[in-house]
Amino acid sequence: MNKVDDNHDPHLAHHFDTPVQQYSSAKIGMWVFLATEILMFGGLFCAYAVYRGTHPDVFLYAHHFLDTNLGAINTVVLLASSLTMAWGVRAAQLGQKPILVIMLLLTLLGGVGFMGIKTIEYSSKYSHGLWFGSDNAFYVKSGKYTNPEELTGAIEYGESHAMPHEDKGELTDEHLELQVKDAATEDVLDNQAAGEAQDQSLPASAQSNIGNATNAPAGLSSKFAEVEGDGSAYVTSEKKPLTYEDLDPQQQKLVSQFFQIYFLMTGLHGIHVLVGMALIFWLFIRALRGTFGPKYFVPVDLVGLYWHIVDLIWIFLFPLLYLIH
Amino acid sequence: MSATQPTQQTDIFGKPVDEQHKDNYLTHQRGLMSWLFTLDHKRIGIMYMIAVLSFFFVGGVFAIVLRVMLTMPIADASNQMRFEMNDTRNIVESSGATVPEEAIKLLYEPGVTDAEAQQQKIEVVLTDAASSAGAGAKVVEYPELINARDAAAQKYTQDLTNHNTFYNQSFTLHGAVMVFLFIIPAIPAIIGNFVLPLMLGAKDVAFPRLNLASWYCYMGGALFFLWVLGKGILNFLVPTLEGVWGGGGLDTGWTFYTPYSTETNTAVVAATAGAFVLGFSSILTAVNFIASIHMLRPKGMTWFRMPLMLWALYATAVIQILATPVLAITLLLLIAERAFGIGIFDPALGGDPILYQHFFWFYSHPAVYIMILPAMGIVSEVISVFSRKHIFGYAFIACSSMAIAILGFLVWGHHMFTSGQSELLNAVFSIITMLVAIPSAIKVFNWLTTMYNGSIRLDSPMLYALGFIWLFTIGGLTGIYCATLAVNIHIHDTYFIVAHFHYVMVGSTLFAFLAGMHYWWPKMFGKNYSERWARWGWLLVFVGFNITFFIQFIMGALGMPRRYATYIDKYTIYHHISTGGSLILTVGLFLVLFVWIHSLLKGKQSPANPWGANSLEWHTISPPPHANFDHAPPATDPYDYSHWRWRPEIAGYVLNEDSEPEEKDAMARNDS
Amino acid sequence: MSQSKHAEYHVHVVPLRVLFAVFAALIILTILTVGVTKVDLGGLNIWIALGVAVVKAVLVALYFMHLRWDSPYNGLALVVAFVFVGVFIGFALKDSLEYQKYVERPALLDRLQQQTIPAAVPSEETTEESSSEH
Ligand code: HEM
Ligand SMILES: [Cu+2]
Repeated sequence: MNKVDDNHDPHLAHHFDTPVQQYSSAKIGMWVFLATEILMFGGLFCAYAVYRGTHPDVFLYAHHFLDTNLGAINTVVLLASSLTMAWGVRAAQLGQKPILVIMLLLTLLGGVGFMGIKTIEYSSKYSHGLWFGSDNAFYVKSGKYTNPEELTGAIEYGESHAMPHEDKGELTDEHLELQVKDAATEDVLDNQAAGEAQDQSLPASAQSNIGNATNAPAGLSSKFAEVEGDGSAYVTSEKKPLTYEDLDPQQQKLVSQFFQIYFLMTGLHGIHVLVGMALIFWLFIRALRGTFGPKYFVPVDLVGLYWHIVDLIWIFLFPLLYLIH
Repeated sequence: MSATQPTQQTDIFGKPVDEQHKDNYLTHQRGLMSWLFTLDHKRIGIMYMIAVLSFFFVGGVFAIVLRVMLTMPIADASNQMRFEMNDTRNIVESSGATVPEEAIKLLYEPGVTDAEAQQQKIEVVLTDAASSAGAGAKVVEYPELINARDAAAQKYTQDLTNHNTFYNQSFTLHGAVMVFLFIIPAIPAIIGNFVLPLMLGAKDVAFPRLNLASWYCYMGGALFFLWVLGKGILNFLVPTLEGVWGGGGLDTGWTFYTPYSTETNTAVVAATAGAFVLGFSSILTAVNFIASIHMLRPKGMTWFRMPLMLWALYATAVIQILATPVLAITLLLLIAERAFGIGIFDPALGGDPILYQHFFWFYSHPAVYIMILPAMGIVSEVISVFSRKHIFGYAFIACSSMAIAILGFLVWGHHMFTSGQSELLNAVFSIITMLVAIPSAIKVFNWLTTMYNGSIRLDSPMLYALGFIWLFTIGGLTGIYCATLAVNIHIHDTYFIVAHFHYVMVGSTLFAFLAGMHYWWPKMFGKNYSERWARWGWLLVFVGFNITFFIQFIMGALGMPRRYATYIDKYTIYHHISTGGSLILTVGLFLVLFVWIHSLLKGKQSPANPWGANSLEWHTISPPPHANFDHAPPATDPYDYSHWRWRPEIAGYVLNEDSEPEEKDAMARNDS
Repeated sequence: MSQSKHAEYHVHVVPLRVLFAVFAALIILTILTVGVTKVDLGGLNIWIALGVAVVKAVLVALYFMHLRWDSPYNGLALVVAFVFVGVFIGFALKDSLEYQKYVERPALLDRLQQQTIPAAVPSEETTEESSSEH
């Protein structure tokens, strides 16, 4: 024990024999912790996979509501901040204090940029009534939309992203389709309103079906005959759903699930970004004071690992949420 | 008499410890603050011990409440009549009148078809009684009697609801407290924290601060549960409070199954938040153990020369790392579901309640191995030491721990056979579940073979370890029944399951925990306990446990469902036997507690190595000094006992004189 | 066991060249993954997207996170975590796809009902027709 103290290394804890042992322990501890992060996100990825796997059309339809450009910009921002972080770690290892400080600052800016863009995305979702939980225009509980007033606007908002590159040039058709859709949506709303007034003698379940019945896709019965007895055949339809009406009632109910999962995943990820930014800020302060150098850079290294894992998770989130095909 | 008295502290060579080395971790610093802010793994282990055992007590109180309630089920038909008759009589009497017994009997006569005739009969009885009673006494009139009967019926309904609510809340809190607050942290956090660095010959775990943080996380999570509990009790006493601060208590079962858990008005959010925080405590302990075992092993201790306890703790930590985060996200989703109605698990919103069960059991099945693996580690140590024989099949035991840890992640669906899981997955999970029996059986066979031809000493740790083998075998084999698809349909959600998991959780984990506590007690506190009373404690616990739970296999196979406050007459005898057993078990556990407290107060100083074990924690004085070892001991084969010799005058083992120079030499070399 | 190795162990500093090369690769892959969604490859699209993401993740892990020069145990922690997430998703997804047919069944019946309610009027005609035939 005394021999260890002779080293006079202020950063060596008493229960380690050598700085390398301490450094390696810290690393392995961090990696094990990162494994828990991956499994925690893994839960959400599982929920995502199950919903997308069983209802691919819903996800295909709903992902048009997300802004792919902003998502892609955010990916680049996060990758760049990962680069600066890795550079920062290198600077700390080499004892280049000014570079370390600049790199930490740039990384922090990357975080700010990422969260800024996320805020723009979130607020446009919010202003179109596409928020978390029951504040989502697509939220249907026991056959009722919770905020039907917002539904039409929300649908238009999302589908306007989808239209241009799918149906280029057929302006008239598109126009027509939009009108049909509006009429149909109003139909749904009317039926909602008239819900109570409808024939009380019908069982409740049948009543809620009446609303759907009027706008059921044509040709359903033949489709039913084709695939009867094979439920999984329902999972994919022949046509890519571009409008809300292309979805069958069961699927329409699930559109809000996409948003719940989107907000859960990006929200949890955003919280991690914020934590990472706080940690980097702490490093920044300490780096200004010149704490880090070739002999002591473990905190920079560990926070770097954390920042990279946040990046790594985004690398998966981006194509899964924004780039559904 | 020799110079050394058993009352004196002796080192591993049997020499009395000189004054300047007398300092140990208990006396190193004093005062409450020195405990609350300690970074010493031994003290953190002791703090865990106090906290975890307190919650064992809380969970135990609920257990007794459950068992006692089950001896008086108020819901079956004959009971209902008895209760209502009594109440009718009481209501009439409280209004100052009397009622003849015969009138009440007539009032409740079963199978009456002609109501008017019955009324006339009763009125005749009443007028007869009134005329014979004389002037002073007032006999009840018929309409009043009917009113009293209706009031009694209402009261019964109310009582029944209360009874059921109370029962539901009790079994939920029993389960949740026992699982999350007792049995998961018991062995890793108490015994693991204490012995892991000692077994490594290290000064502490890799991250002492995280270790302390883990204790605070535990306490934080526990506070949430106390809040749930306190709210429940206050709401029960002052029903108006529920309007003020919402429902208290918890009635979802420890599994928090949706959709019920998103609808009940009990304190689900607080309880899940508590379990979430407890998860952090578990993760921090696991991170520490993995890093310590990787990095702090001394020279000469290769992976396959570690004591098996370390393998077991390592495998446990791996499970904790991989499973606990999934519990965390499950609980977050549940909270989001309750707070925002996101509907991921809510069928009314197109959500999928079966998905919740996948989430939950992906954690909770591995969690049962978090409970059992460290228990197996303890048993591996104890069996070998008390048979005075090298452990048999070391590599098999070590690898089977890892195999169980990994296979444990592939079987969670066996909890969902009847819940709507697909046939394909049912079959797959059933087969993989059976595979888990292989590594489990490997361990049992190796323990038995270790004992074969050994010179077995039946001290209390060994008794508990033998109890473990017996009970784990029953628990594991009935697990195979549960895993058989066709059988499972019959026994799922019956007392058979209750018996199965109590055999593995209480019978195995608790027994191994007690084995470990008795085994390391002299090291922890430097005090001997009364071996005689400890054995009596074991006997009561063993007998009580078997009476309580074996009968439940039979009851379950006969169809008694779990989680019901009441039952038909057919099951009365089984429930009564079970409750009787649970009282014996309780007495036994209190006896164990008494033995420990007695040892703390009156126990004699114990030697450095009372059992003649060779793992490194026995290479230092008892209790260990603040820094664990004066000199790092040499890591040799932990199951080679040949260097230790019995010294009656200190009632312990000392290192052989021939190996003494070698040991000293090795210590000197290690320090450099 | 690890002690002896520690003696020569020294911390690896990643050359700037490598960092920039990796960053460039990551950007190119990002462009690729966005671009490939414009092409309809049917069921293949998702696998390409995931494949590209995995390659990007591996690059980040190996170079930005130093795994290439680190103790293999650290890499193992990462790999094991991904494998277990895979196990979890694999089983849960397979199961939900399998039991979907039971979840979908009531929805199927719903749709059948929708057909019959508006169809109720013409069906009366048919009965009338058939009865008038007698
Ligand atoms: C030897 C291997 C084991 C097998 C094959 C096995 C099998 C099973 C099966 C199939 C079930 C589901 C029964 C049902 O709900 O229908 C079950 C339930 C259970 N098992 Fe095991 N088991 C084994 C070991 C263990 C161990 C070691 C523990 C804990 C230490 C444990 C704890 C539990 C618990 C707590 C439940 C019930 C959970 C609940 O529904 O509340 N099992 N077991
Ligand atoms: Cu299980």
